[in-house]
Amino acid sequence: MSALVPEAAVAPILPATPAFALSGVEFRWPGAQGFGLRVDDFAVTRGEKLLILGPSGSGKSTLLSLLCGVVTPQAGRVRVLGTDIVLLSGAARDRFRADHFGIVFQMLNLLPYASVIDNVLLPLRFSKARRARISPGASESEEARRLLSRLGLEAKLHDGPPAASLSVGQQQRVAAARALIGAPEIIVADEPTSSLDRERQQAFLDLLLQEAGRVGATIVMVSHDESLRPHFDRAVPLERVAAISWQP
Amino acid sequence: MIVGRLALKSLLNRWPTASLTIFGIAVSVMLLMGVEKVRNGARQSFADTISGTDLIVGARTGDVQLLLYSVFRIGDATNNIAWKSYGEIAALPEIAWIVPISLGDSHRGFRVMGTTTGYFEHYRYRQGQGLAFAAGVPFADLFDAVLGADVAAALGYRLGDAIIVGHGIGSTSFAPHDEKPFRVAGILAKTGTPVDHTVHVGLEGIEAIHVDWQTGARIPGRTVDAEQVRRMELAPKSVTAAMIGLRSRLDAFQLQRLINEYKEESLSAILPGVALQQLWSLVGTAETALAAVSFMVVLTALLGMVTTILATLNERRREMAILRSVGARPATILGLLTAEAAMLTGSGVALGAALLYTVLSIMRPVVDSRYGLYLPIEAPSAADLAALAAVLGGGVLAGLFPAIRAFRLSLADGMIVKT
Repeated sequence: MSALVPEAAVAPILPATPAFALSGVEFRWPGAQGFGLRVDDFAVTRGEKLLILGPSGSGKSTLLSLLCGVVTPQAGRVRVLGTDIVLLSGAARDRFRADHFGIVFQMLNLLPYASVIDNVLLPLRFSKARRARISPGASESEEARRLLSRLGLEAKLHDGPPAASLSVGQQQRVAAARALIGAPEIIVADEPTSSLDRERQQAFLDLLLQEAGRVGATIVMVSHDESLRPHFDRAVPLERVAAISWQP
Repeated sequence: MIVGRLALKSLLNRWPTASLTIFGIAVSVMLLMGVEKVRNGARQSFADTISGTDLIVGARTGDVQLLLYSVFRIGDATNNIAWKSYGEIAALPEIAWIVPISLGDSHRGFRVMGTTTGYFEHYRYRQGQGLAFAAGVPFADLFDAVLGADVAAALGYRLGDAIIVGHGIGSTSFAPHDEKPFRVAGILAKTGTPVDHTVHVGLEGIEAIHVDWQTGARIPGRTVDAEQVRRMELAPKSVTAAMIGLRSRLDAFQLQRLINEYKEESLSAILPGVALQQLWSLVGTAETALAAVSFMVVLTALLGMVTTILATLNERRREMAILRSVGARPATILGLLTAEAAMLTGSGVALGAALLYTVLSIMRPVVDSRYGLYLPIEAPSAADLAALAAVLGGGVLAGLFPAIRAFRLSLADGMIVKT
């Protein structure tokens, strides 16, 4: 259990502050087969578009969980936008994530029973900071519709059938809109294109990166797909970021 | 607010299981409230078996026993009241009216009761309701009989039919008073009381069928036919019991003591209301058992709900992970599942109450006429509301169990669902 240092530990975000700075991080899933991960030193600068490459099952998702503060390491520091999220209380860490992160998964990103617009608006319900960043004069749902339209989702789908009835490609765009709403500083994506065919992969990635660039967000994406390299500022193999260990 | 809306949408998305769960809770709530209603109705109907009568007098015996044979026609009197004593009591100034009853004979399994026409006037049940005639009139002739509703219905009698009264109380009497048939003069409306099972005849009628009998057996060689009997002096020598109405109820205790200390013979006087309560306390254990059973059924329904929610948890880990990824805290997940249990239980309780009132309004006339059980339709009592609130509270409490499990799962899973 980390020490509970709530609000005081949240550092002010200066322009030069790196998006991520990890040092001496050691993490092991409780109980489960002794899967562990070590990150000695790893940094991502603000506004960078970073691709982390690695085959499936190599620990990419665990790394993302650490970056998002969903799990905390047993040792080391995970500084996000200058704040060591390891030191935050669970509730403060959740609020920090809600305020600063947009997250896209591989698939099944949406609440299947909610409408598209409700899915996109979801992060705003949990973050005052992201509500505050909605451009003045625009309502939350106008902002959501604008994002959806820019990501190529027709207006008739916005309030239409529940999200579960959309195609996978459409669902990923909704997920992207949800990650982008309220302009979070960091977008984290876990194989967001792997459920799409190659043509749609390119289109989706272009849109995501373009919209993230518009608000100056940092993007960290993990994938097994080498062909995505050209879209990013930097691409690193997972093994250069983290050392994976298995304990019998 | 968002938690409530999400819980609702998530539930609507799983409407088949959700509606079955709600229905299960509704049925159990209906049972719980229904048992309570029937319990109260039965107690009330029982207490209302006789009203308006201030004292019942019989030979010296226990209170409950006197009540049982004089009102419920269960068991027999060990002794009678001499006609002379009866006359003396009837002459007391405090007494507004007195109605004698004479038991001991039967007609095809139904008790025959000798009384006066005052009985039809003074017998009251269910909050002072009087006896009404479905057909015919009170007995006027020596051989007239007035039937309770069940007697007429069970034996298919109509006005003017002849009936034979047997001595003793078996259903097939070995000693029928067959030479003196009675005629059906009236049939009473259904009351839901023992009156329905009784054949009423005049006191003299009872005497008439016994003129050629002595101590329960026919006097050999002596038969008197109906016409001869009419010319005889038929003043009764004794009666089984008497119902008394007083000018002032305040005199009840004083008169009760007076009769209990009567010198000429050993008599008992009881206050029917008190004796009814004593009797009900004997059968009260059964109602506690009923309440316990319906409580168990509610418990089962809530367990069913917890099982259903638990069963969905695994397939909803993805949903939890999504919520966590957009900033929901584990506490939100806890709230979400608790809200879900609250909604299920709340809908179940509301539906159960609605079902109960629907069933009640449909079944009430049938239950009243067939079982003599009067179930009033009233707004839920404070006790009812407390029971409903307890069910709701129990549901939320039970819902905490899967909620805490989901909380743990979502803490462990983070955003990754490991399956």
